[in-house]
Amino acid sequence: MKEIVINPITRLEGHGKITIFLNEEGDVDEAYFQVPELRGFEKFCEGRRAEDLPIITPRICGVCPVAHHMASAKALDAAFNVEPPEPAKKLRELMYCGYYLYDHTLHFYYLGGPDFVVGPDAPPEKRNVLGVIEKAGLEIGKEVIKHRAYGQKITEILGGKATHPVSACIPGGFARPISEEERREIERMVRSCLEFAKFSLKLFDDIVLKNTTYVDLIKSEAYTLKTYYMGLVDKNNKVNFYDGNVRVVDPNGCEFVKFSPREYLDVIEERVEPWTYVKLPYLKKVGWKGFVDGAENGVYRVGPLGRLNAADGMATPLAQAEYERMYSTLGGKPVHNTLAYHWARLIELLYAAERALELVTDPEITSKNVRNKPGKPGEGVGIVEAARGTLIHHYQLDENALAKKVNLIVATTHNVPGICMSIRDAAKGLIKKGKVTDGILNMIEMAFRAYDPCFACATHFAVGQMPLEVEIYDSEKRLIQRIKR
Amino acid sequence: MEKTQKLKFAFYWAASCGGCEIAVLDINEKILDVIAKADIVFWPVAMDIKYKDVEAMPDKSIDVCFFNGAIRNSEQEYMAKLLRQKSKILVAFGSCACDGSVVGLGNLWNREKIFERAYFETPSTRNPEGVTPQTSFKVPQGELELPEFYDTVKTLAQTVDVDYFISGCPPPVPRVTDALEAILSGKLPPKGANLLFNKSVCDECPREKKDRKITQVKRIYEIEDDFKTCFLEQGVICMGPATRGGCSAQCLKANIPCTGCGGPAPRVADQGAAMISAFASIATDPKVIQQVVDPVGTFYKYSLANSLLRRRVMRP
Ligand code: SF4
Ligand code: SF4
Ligand code: SF4
Repeated sequence: MKEIVINPITRLEGHGKITIFLNEEGDVDEAYFQVPELRGFEKFCEGRRAEDLPIITPRICGVCPVAHHMASAKALDAAFNVEPPEPAKKLRELMYCGYYLYDHTLHFYYLGGPDFVVGPDAPPEKRNVLGVIEKAGLEIGKEVIKHRAYGQKITEILGGKATHPVSACIPGGFARPISEEERREIERMVRSCLEFAKFSLKLFDDIVLKNTTYVDLIKSEAYTLKTYYMGLVDKNNKVNFYDGNVRVVDPNGCEFVKFSPREYLDVIEERVEPWTYVKLPYLKKVGWKGFVDGAENGVYRVGPLGRLNAADGMATPLAQAEYERMYSTLGGKPVHNTLAYHWARLIELLYAAERALELVTDPEITSKNVRNKPGKPGEGVGIVEAARGTLIHHYQLDENALAKKVNLIVATTHNVPGICMSIRDAAKGLIKKGKVTDGILNMIEMAFRAYDPCFACATHFAVGQMPLEVEIYDSEKRLIQRIKR
Repeated sequence: MEKTQKLKFAFYWAASCGGCEIAVLDINEKILDVIAKADIVFWPVAMDIKYKDVEAMPDKSIDVCFFNGAIRNSEQEYMAKLLRQKSKILVAFGSCACDGSVVGLGNLWNREKIFERAYFETPSTRNPEGVTPQTSFKVPQGELELPEFYDTVKTLAQTVDVDYFISGCPPPVPRVTDALEAILSGKLPPKGANLLFNKSVCDECPREKKDRKITQVKRIYEIEDDFKTCFLEQGVICMGPATRGGCSAQCLKANIPCTGCGGPAPRVADQGAAMISAFASIATDPKVIQQVVDPVGTFYKYSLANSLLRRRVMRP
């Protein structure tokens, strides 16, 4: 039996590794996506002061620190039984939009986008942001760098620090109001981001949607997976990143369940596998049937496409129009095409900019009323949508407001079963008779890059692509082929 | 080092959150200056160079290796040793590598307790067969391997010899630029120095310090902050006096006390002990310190693994 090892693949809140097994014919038998690392936050958060949790938990991920900070802040609000005043909520959500602007820009232009903009079969040394700049022009390259930095800057103004912000660690509040001057600076950046988001969608249109080869690729069997979908929605069932209830739809797009954060344990269960440090979540009521798609298995997906599938639409006009266009182009809801994650991500980029503009021009945003008094410490669950999907923090506090128990289900974890299957399906569709080429590797990589499993560090624009190596061993474990890019 | 020759840089991350890598990216266009003067020969998050390629490099062929993250498992320990062997200068980059950061709080327990929580106890986990991740496991198709998770988190300097330190969680972007400039121009301080900043956070803090006396310890959400009085004077623990600055007191400017991510202040060996003594000197009564509810998590949030305490002793 042949074995293919891809190690290391890059960042998924740490490290990742792919192992693909071939059968006697050289076709793909099974694929394993392993996370070789654990840091143990759920244990060492025990005993910590409640207000330290929004400081400690962002250290789970330096790419998504704002999401952890916010989920943690909301879990504390719930645990102290306090609602932040409206202006504080708006400041938090505005900061959260800044994080989306940063993160989605990063993924589209530096990580996922080059596959399309430069082309899936372009030479590897071109498939990065430099290649994007070459194709789209230096002016555009500068715009990309500028808008990524704007997202960070908005977070820094509101959060104190861009990576590991601190402002929302007070239950029921936000550390400080913003000045009119700061508000104006944010508004200027947000307006620019809005134009940039529109431009990005147009770029996607011109380069991807007008090219039938790409559209066929998006719709192809190797990149299609029929699963449940999950995402946070507002009271009108529109996508919301910061607040609301979690909605799950089945593979036919019908609502399966809608639950409030504190009910998450009725819906989600996680399983432990001996070959990976990451747990595998699934829908409790459906159960775990292994790595198979369809309504009989509780596998669900989160993140941009998961959210759009789980919702009835977008809460802002321009994003709503794009939402409708995506579903009519791809044949209605839900869309099961993994590569459509990229399109969904850009629609969300537009929504984040529109929503940020609403918030930053809201007269209440400079209000000094940013704190409410917390009640007695107890138990609370906080849920937000991280860029990569639903993020759950669950705390039990003791009477001194120290953490007694902590449970965390982080965004990319929900997608692990889906990532495993997408890699396997792409590999199955592309590797035949043990033959693996560089082009095939690129395509396998695209199957999981769509999920954006958190390796922002590939933004280093001189090289700007993830490392990938596949080793093929024969049944005696002799290395017979090595492909690198 | 000859001026005409480009330096060889390496970046590596161990038990890390990735924030340190983002801090490098956030120097934005300055990365171009770095690339003009240095070749990056290893950076797993960005480049196609594998562990075995590093193994094949001659010893001391990397000029400067920036290592972020703590040492939590066998693979990270192996890479620390390998990179030490291959590098002339090894820099501990960020609080995790320097002091263990929050990952080091894992030293309050051991592997067994951490696994118990993650894989059995958490309420969303269903594990009737008592499965835990194994370093080697046979699946129907073959064998899968995982690194070994250690009982104790170690800093980089507890694992191998380290030349320089850049603390901070993550290191503040302007300090990253300073450090890179110092390295590129060859203007390095003596071995063992911290390249962050030689003052404390209090020195950069805009809050007014008058008569520091603490009569009662309060939590941040219990005070009516006037946005200008020193937090310590308001009874809220602020790690500013015991913490190395360089961050421009970012948290204080956002009205949140310093939690100590810059690591021990200059000339301080043990950050927690330094804070406790600073605290004791302004407390009106020795009993005040007993009001601190989580002394380890409060005073050693980022430095437990590198403190005199280092870890809790676990008896069977
Ligand atoms: S030092 Fe801080 S930013 Fe750097 S890896 Fe550790 S936790 Fe992340
Ligand atoms: S103790 Fe904290 S608030 Fe007081 S001066 Fe120092 S850094 Fe500022
Ligand atoms: S104020 Fe303290 S916690 Fe905040 S960045 Fe500076 S050193 Fe770190």
